[in-house]
This record gives sequence, C-alpha cells and structure tokens, in this order.
Amino acid sequence: MSADHEHDTSLSGPAARVKALEELLAEKGLVDPARLDQLIETYQHAVGPRVGARVVAKAWCDPAFRRRLFADAVSACAEMGISGPEGGHLVAVENTARVHNLVVCTLCSCYPWPVLGLPPAWYKSFAYRSRAVSDPRGVMREFGLLIPDEVEVRVWDSSAEQRYIVIPERPEGAEALSEAQLAELVTRDSMIGVARVAPPAQARRESR
Amino acid sequence: MNGIHDLGGMDGFGPVPRGAEAYVAFHSAWEARVFALTNLALARSGANVDEFRHAIERIAPARYLASGYYQRWLEAVETLLIEKGILTRSEIDLRAGSEGVAANAAAPVAAARARAKNPAAKFSIGARVRARNLNPAGHTRLPRYVRGRIGVIERDRGVYGFPDTNAHHAGSARQHVYSVAFRARELFGAAAHARDRIVIDLWEDYLELAEIKPVRRAPARQPKGKSR
Repeated sequence: MSADHEHDTSLSGPAARVKALEELLAEKGLVDPARLDQLIETYQHAVGPRVGARVVAKAWCDPAFRRRLFADAVSACAEMGISGPEGGHLVAVENTARVHNLVVCTLCSCYPWPVLGLPPAWYKSFAYRSRAVSDPRGVMREFGLLIPDEVEVRVWDSSAEQRYIVIPERPEGAEALSEAQLAELVTRDSMIGVARVAPPAQARRESR
Repeated sequence: MNGIHDLGGMDGFGPVPRGAEAYVAFHSAWEARVFALTNLALARSGANVDEFRHAIERIAPARYLASGYYQRWLEAVETLLIEKGILTRSEIDLRAGSEGVAANAAAPVAAARARAKNPAAKFSIGARVRARNLNPAGHTRLPRYVRGRIGVIERDRGVYGFPDTNAHHAGSARQHVYSVAFRARELFGAAAHARDRIVIDLWEDYLELAEIKPVRRAPARQPKGKSR
C-alpha cells in the first residue's frame, strides 16, 4: 500500500472500505497497490480532454484525416497513437450548420476514455442522464447553448459498446491559428455537445 | 430489470450541476482508489463489465439515489468479490470497521440458445423497427423510454455479445448491434422538437420489424380480384 495511506487513522465510511478491500486483495496477491497508483496517475494526468482536442484540431486542418475519422475513428485515432480502454469502438459525430450532436449515457456513465479521459461529475449526474434524451435543448440551454429551431439535435445514448466524441464546428476568426493553437480552443464540453467552440477572443474566458 | 438506473426521460432531478466541482472526475482520494481498484479487481475476479454494471443496478433504488457515483462502484465491486468467493462480507467489515450493505440478488436468467459465431444481420439500413416491450428480470441495455417505439436502422455496428445473458454468464449470444434513430416526438410526444432525434445502440434481440403502415386508397381504384 502507498505510504500516504499507511498512517491514516482517520478514514471512515467508503474511504475505510476501499482501503480494507485494497489491503485484503493485496494480501491475497490479487492486486498490486503500485498498479493502482499508476492507473490513477494515468487518468489524472496523461489521459484527458486535451487528447480529444488534438483530434478535433487535426480534423479541422487535415481533410483526409477528417474523412478517415468519420469513416473509422478507432483507426484514425490509432494513427495519432491514441487508443485504450473504452476506446475500442469509438465513433466521431460531426456538428454542422444543420445538425448538432449531444452525447449521454442514460443507463450508467459510458464515455470515450482515450480521447476525453474520465467523465466529469455533471455527465454522470442524474439530472443530465435523465433529461438529455427528453429535453436536450433545455439541458443545453442550462450550459448557455441555444440551438436554433432549424437545426436538428441528435442525441446519442451510449447504450452499447460504441463511444461517441462530437467534432464541433471550427469557430470563425481562427483562420490564422496553427493546429496546436486550434487545439487550445477546444473544450471538453464541446466534445460532449453541450457547448460550441468559442472564437479565439472569447475562448480565454471559457476554458471548459 | 426495470431499475432506478434507467433514468432516461425522468424529471425532478433539477438542473445539471455546473461549477468547478462538476468538472472533476474524483471528489476525493478514495474515489480515485475505488476507480483503480475496480478496474484491477474485476479483471482478477472473472467478472465481466456487464456483470459489473448489473451489480450497480442491483443496489436498492433508494440507496442508489442516495449514494455518490464511486460509492455505487465500491458497493458493486464488493458485491462481486463476495459473490465470487474472493472475499467475505465479514472480513471486509472487520477490516473496515463498518458494516456493508448487500445488494439485491441477481435474478436467474435462462441460458441463451446457441448462435452462429458471426451471424448475419437481420435488419438492413433504413428498416423501420420497433423496440420490443421486454421486461427482463436480469441485466438489460434496453431502456424503458424506447420500448414499444418505432425507429429506423441507421447503422449496423457489427456483432457483439448480448449483455442480457453475458452479465449472468448465460451465454454470449453474439448478435448485431444497430444504431437506431427515433424521432424525439415518437419517444416523448408532441412537446418534443419536431426535428430532433435520439440515436441509441440496440442489440438485435431488442428489435422487431415494424409493420409497414397500410396505405389507404379509395376502394374504386383497387383493381378487381387482387388479394390484399
């Protein structure tokens, strides 16, 4: 077990129970606490929405990549060295002037880990899981996103193995930016579908 | 099972949480521990992911709603470790200094009939299908909000094991999964937006061909003697 747990005598409730499970499984040789540390480190630092942002920026800048991404997101991401658990059946869906996509998992919390990391608390909330399908426009309004009447909203309920990433529309006024600078503009919320990617001037104020 | 986890279409949970706390994956160190332990322990216990999801669903409804996300993971992983004989409730309780709460028992599920390893697709793109009104006692990925409703096959996603039996080790029953597009109004009535659609991935056994709507014609125009 890790050192910072060893002297902790104040644990109670779930913290104490997970510690008990970890100890018991480690004693039986079933789980190596160092592997737990590694896994946490990976998902806290290495894997997260910055990965997806790179995919989006590349899709904006490279038309051939964009075609490959929508045809087979798993292979296209593999070209960029992106793969991993919950990414084996990745699907990219395209926002256009006519269609706006929104991703949810009503039954649990399915989410494309390799490109977006672990889901944020709001995505797992009962409020989002319940209403994203029945009132998607109302939910998006809560995020400050208004979808015009003439645009179709497509909600993707991730109920099977497919994991969805939204490729948002490229913002106006970003023509001069490099692919890396464009990636900086892409937020996690925009890749779930509850936000647009703001133009460069606005983006400084909105970093989600 | 028709469980509390099947939240799609419910009201009353209030606005979606926003603010800094809503953007974190882990609220405390123990939640991260649960995440990692679950990933490693499940693999060692012989449990599959469908079974893990079902262990969460078996948490009694009031408790499910009152527990945080990783609290539910923790209880599910405990349930599976105990049911698989890897740990006992009493040794966990003793070590943790608290008493765990048992989840509902899994319902017995009949073994799936044998299937071809790579079965042919029953439905083609564009076919009108109805989500069957199934109410299985065990695990299912067919949410209540689509049952009995008609949608259109949009994509064939290939062949996958069937969660309804796989979660119970009752056979993998591999079959096609389709992305099925439902009009929002078909699911949620006239108040829903006319343009909007909900696309959901459904296993073939959840679906049946929807009858073609008979086209009404004036009787005089029907050719005589043609059987209908």
